[in-house]
Amino acid sequence: MLRDITLGQYFPGNSWIHRLDPRIKIMATLLFIIELFIVDNFIGFLIAAVVLGIIVAVSKVPVSYILRGLKPILLILVFTFALNMFMVKGRILWQWKFLHITAEGLELAVFMAIRLILLLMGSSMLTLCTRPIALTDGIERLLSPFKKIGLPAHDIAMMMTIALRFIPTLLEEADKIMKAQQARGADFETGNLMQRAKSLIPILVPLFVSAFRIAQDLAMAMEARCYRGGENRTRMNEMKFKGRDYAAIVMMLLFAAVIIIESKVL
Amino acid sequence: MSIQVKNLKHIYEKGMPTESVAIEGISFEVGDGEFLGIIGHTGSGKSTLLQHLNGLLKPDEGTIVIGGVDITAPGVSMVDIRKRIGLVFQYPEYQLFEETVAKDVAFGPKNLGLGEEETEERVKEAIELVGLDYDDIKDRSPFELSGGQKRRVAIAGVVAMRPEVLILDEPTAGLDPKAHKDVLNMIEEVHRRTGNITVLVSHNMADIAKLSDKVLVIDSGHMVTMGTPKEVFSKREELSRVGLDLPPITNLTEELRQRGMDIEQTILSVDDAARQIAEYLKDKGHNKC
Ligand SMILES: Nc1ncnc2c1ncn2[C@@H]1O[C@H](COP(=O)(O)OP(=O)(O)O)[C@@H](O)[C@H]1O
Ligand SMILES: [Mg+2]
Repeated sequence: MLRDITLGQYFPGNSWIHRLDPRIKIMATLLFIIELFIVDNFIGFLIAAVVLGIIVAVSKVPVSYILRGLKPILLILVFTFALNMFMVKGRILWQWKFLHITAEGLELAVFMAIRLILLLMGSSMLTLCTRPIALTDGIERLLSPFKKIGLPAHDIAMMMTIALRFIPTLLEEADKIMKAQQARGADFETGNLMQRAKSLIPILVPLFVSAFRIAQDLAMAMEARCYRGGENRTRMNEMKFKGRDYAAIVMMLLFAAVIIIESKVL
Repeated sequence: MSIQVKNLKHIYEKGMPTESVAIEGISFEVGDGEFLGIIGHTGSGKSTLLQHLNGLLKPDEGTIVIGGVDITAPGVSMVDIRKRIGLVFQYPEYQLFEETVAKDVAFGPKNLGLGEEETEERVKEAIELVGLDYDDIKDRSPFELSGGQKRRVAIAGVVAMRPEVLILDEPTAGLDPKAHKDVLNMIEEVHRRTGNITVLVSHNMADIAKLSDKVLVIDSGHMVTMGTPKEVFSKREELSRVGLDLPPITNLTEELRQRGMDIEQTILSVDDAARQIAEYLKDKGHNKC
C-alpha cells in the first residue's frame, strides 16, 4: 500500500524523454508550471493538456501509474474545489440554507482543479523520467552560476540526491515495520481519527530510530571514503547537449509562445 | 491444527516493469505439533512465503488452509488469523517502540483485547520463557538493552500472544554465539512446552537438523525438496547445487565415510557421530587382535 506513493519516484525507461539532458527537463518543467499560471482560459489548458499528453505518450510511462501518484493529493483537490465552489459570489445557481453555488464559483473551481492536476502531472513527469542522480546533477549545474554569491550548489544537490535516494529505503522500512506490527495484531484501518492517529505511534517510533541509524551509517561510510564536498571534483558523466536537447529547446519555446499568444494577445 | 499450502505463487509489483515472481508452485503440509525448518539462500523467497502464512501477503495463485480455514478466501478475518499465527520478522528488534519492555511485550496481547490481569500474566510468562528476568527487565527501556536482549524481548512480544503457530524468520541472524544458543534453546523450549507448530527459517544447517521434523528447501522461489532432516541432508549434491551446505558434523562424517570409515550415512548430531566413531574404532580394534 505504501508502494502506491509514486510522487517523486523514478519510472525506469529508455524513451526520448528519459534520454533528454536533465537540465532541459528541469527548465521545461519550470516553464510548464509558469505557463499554467499564465493561462487564463480553458483553451489554454486544452493546449497544455495535449502537450502533456504527447510527453506522456512518448515517455511510455503508463497513465494509470501517473494517476496513482495523484491519489495522495486527492483530499487537497476536493478541498480546494469545494472552497472555490461555495465561497465565490456571483450568479446563484443553487442554494440551500447558507450554502450556495454560483456560476462563477463553479467555473473557478473547475479551472483551479484542472490547473492543479496539470501542475502535479507535469511536475511528476520530471521525476518519473529522470534518474534521481541525473536530476540532482542537473540542479547542481543550473545552480552553479550562483556559487559566486556563496550558494553551496554542490551541498544542496548532494542533500537532494540523498533525500531522493532514501525515499524508497524509508518506504520499504515503513512497510516492514507496519507488517511487523500488524503481525502483533495492530489495526491501522478501523477506529476513529484519534485511535488511528494513536495507532501510528508503533510505526513512527521505530521508523525514526531506523532513519537516524541509516543516516549515521551513511555519514560514517562517506567519511570513511574521505568525502569532502564539491571542490575540485570531476565527474564520471559530463553533461553535454545533444541534437535532441536542442530540438527540445525549440519545442519548449514554441509551446511557450503559443501559450502566451493564446492568453495575452487573443 | 495443521497447515496445508497448495500451489502458492506470489508476484511482486504486478504490472510494473520491475515485476518479479518471488515464489511459485510451493506446496507442503505441516501436521499438528510439528517443527518445520525452511532453508534456501538469500533471495530465494523464504520471507515472502512466511508472510503468506499469516495473511500479510495475498497469493496470486494457490491456497493456504490453516486449522481448516482457508485464509486466502475473501472475507476471512485477518485479526482472527493473526491471533492464532504469530510471525517473528527478521531483525524483530527494529519493531520495538514502547517506553518499557513490559509495555512493548504487552502490545500484542492488548491488541487481542485481553484484560489487564491476563495481559500482565502473559507478559511475565513470555519474558521468562525467552530467558530474561521479568522483575529485572520489565521497567527498562527496550532501546538500552543489548542486541541479544532486544531480540528476545521482540520474540517475547509475539510469544505473549500464545499463537498456535509460531513462525520465525532467521531469528538468530547477527547474534553472537551465546545469544544464538540462548535464542535457539528458547525456541525449542517454547515448542516443547506449548506443543505449537513452529516454522523456522535459518541459514544454520546444524540448528535446522537438530530441531526440525521436516525440512523444506527452496531455491529461486521453487521447491527443491522436502522431507525429514535425514532425507534432505542425504542429498548433498542437490543441496550444493542450490548453494546450501550440510551441517558441519554431517560434512565431517561424510568425509570420514569416503575415506573408508564404516559408519552410518547422514549423521546429524555430534553425539550420534561420537557414538558411531567410537563403535567403529572399537570394532576395528577387535578385528586387529
Ligand atoms: N517488497 C518487495 N517488493 C519487491 N520485491 C521483493 C519484495 N520483497 C522481496 N522481494 C524480492 O523477492 C525475492 C524473494 O525475497 P525474500 O522472500 O525476501 O527472500 P529470502 O527471505 O529468502 O531472502 C527477492 O528477489 C527479493 O528481491
Ligand atoms: Mg528473508
